[in-house]
Amino acid sequence: MTLLHLSGIRKSFGAVDVLHGVDLDVAAGEVIGLVGDNGAGKSTLMKTITGIYSADAGAIELDGRSILHLDPGERRRIGIEMIYQDLSLAKQQDVASNIFLGREPVKKMFGFIPGMVDKARMDREAAEMIERLGAHLPSINRPVSSFSGGQQQTVAIARALTFDPKLVIMDEPTAALAVREVQSVLDLIRRLKSEGIAVILISHRLNDVLAVTDRIVVLRHGRAEADLRTADTNMNEVVARIVGGGDTASAAAHELGGHR
Amino acid sequence: MATTATPGIWSRAQRASIDRLHIRLESFIVLLVLAAAMAVLSPFFLSVSNFLNILLATSTIGVLAIAATFVISSGGLDLSLGSVMGLSGVVGAYIAVNLGAPSPFGVGACILAGAIAGYINGQIVTRAFVPAFIVTLGMLGIARGLALVISGGRVIYGLPEYLLFLGQGRPFGIPVPVIIFVITALVAHFVLAYTRFGRHTLALGDSEGAARAAGIRVERQRRILYTISGGLAGLAGMIFMARINSGDPTAGLNYELTAITAAIIGGTNLFGGRGSILGTMIGALIMGVLQNGLNLLAVQSYYQQMAIGAVLILAVFIDQYQVRKETRA
Repeated sequence: MTLLHLSGIRKSFGAVDVLHGVDLDVAAGEVIGLVGDNGAGKSTLMKTITGIYSADAGAIELDGRSILHLDPGERRRIGIEMIYQDLSLAKQQDVASNIFLGREPVKKMFGFIPGMVDKARMDREAAEMIERLGAHLPSINRPVSSFSGGQQQTVAIARALTFDPKLVIMDEPTAALAVREVQSVLDLIRRLKSEGIAVILISHRLNDVLAVTDRIVVLRHGRAEADLRTADTNMNEVVARIVGGGDTASAAAHELGGHR
Repeated sequence: MATTATPGIWSRAQRASIDRLHIRLESFIVLLVLAAAMAVLSPFFLSVSNFLNILLATSTIGVLAIAATFVISSGGLDLSLGSVMGLSGVVGAYIAVNLGAPSPFGVGACILAGAIAGYINGQIVTRAFVPAFIVTLGMLGIARGLALVISGGRVIYGLPEYLLFLGQGRPFGIPVPVIIFVITALVAHFVLAYTRFGRHTLALGDSEGAARAAGIRVERQRRILYTISGGLAGLAGMIFMARINSGDPTAGLNYELTAITAAIIGGTNLFGGRGSILGTMIGALIMGVLQNGLNLLAVQSYYQQMAIGAVLILAVFIDQYQVRKETRA
């Protein structure tokens, strides 16, 4: 069943046309790899899904209903989450504040003054979420700037998963990680899939993409150039589609060599 | 990668103080040391009436400093605070005296005039993409000029009775401006530290991108913050007008300097993301004690201006020095 349906998405910034009518379908529990060269429009496409950018033309539907009129906060509420490459954390705030940013639970102070943020509940649930991810943080009451890159990413992931998302978009989640941390991110993607959560994985690391995805969509010059079943394709074909013909053997060999 | 930051002797105690009370230990110690020094230097410093004097003098600056805290901790800046305060006092006095409007309108006009000026700041900052520094610097000139135009460059005298009470009444011996100031501070502290609005304000100052990605309506939040800032400047204008029993178009001249200094001393990060009203109150009291002490010691007010300016630079230096020390460790 189609969870997310994009058709004819166009987006330009001033005179620069970034997306020229992109079509994409994502089923529930499906893991899609979104690949393409720098400037192919991957991040722009994802930001039109999350609502940070509004599409100039085209349709975006979640569960068959158009979401074009919803702002980023509303799209999060109906289950679209994104983990940004820069993590988009408020670094002077603590773990719970980041996980619950924009969705803080409230209670009444002294039983009658409304609108008070329920910090105790935030801390408790944040700690549970970090625990569920199998991560260890020195303290959840510290500013996230005091954590390592991997730990900060755990916070960003926890923020995306706390409110039962239907679709999680990950922008280069493994680019800045150590080898062991990469494995745990890939394991996490498999776990999300098993729970019926759809994942769109943007990555330059084609080995990772080939390892965890069901389908690979190649974006090239703002169009969906190819839609490949991961089981039926290989590194050579993906690289060829990214680069767009010509002599791709050396590029593919380079990727296969595992040099990153 | 270093995961344990914030070294130094304060780290543990300071973190606890920030967690629970949202104030910085250093600024509290500075306040105590300053007060002790003044007590030694002047025999008049330690008295109930002098403390009430300090609080009274701090009430206008304190309300402006609350406004500064909201805007600066959101990553913005409001340089128009002092001028908008002056404009509000003149508007309130003009409506109460020249138009003879009934009581609530005089008070309401002050706050409304300030809020409108702040709203205009917010609209321009978020829609025209002119930096807040420039927009509010422009408003500094516009509001001051408008105050002079409305008043014809003269002080407006003859305020009605009820306004005098707001400035000079003393129920239970406590000046009304002090009561207004304390209530405003408590409400503001609750809003900034414990509500979603306050948390979004800090997050916005911390990282606008993160706030936007989290679904916070960033522009709307900024417009509300500038409007609140202007409204608080209007409240300060009302307090000041009632205290001096007139609408003075030059009221609040250079007050933004003192207010921003108080906020920074209180631990507000000049670049946003951190700030607390209780901290700012300590900062405002430090400025109040400093001015009061220098007055008691008969130091010329020209030197006081110099002292405040120096304190502002010193406060930002210390803050930045600590930040650099933490990130380098």
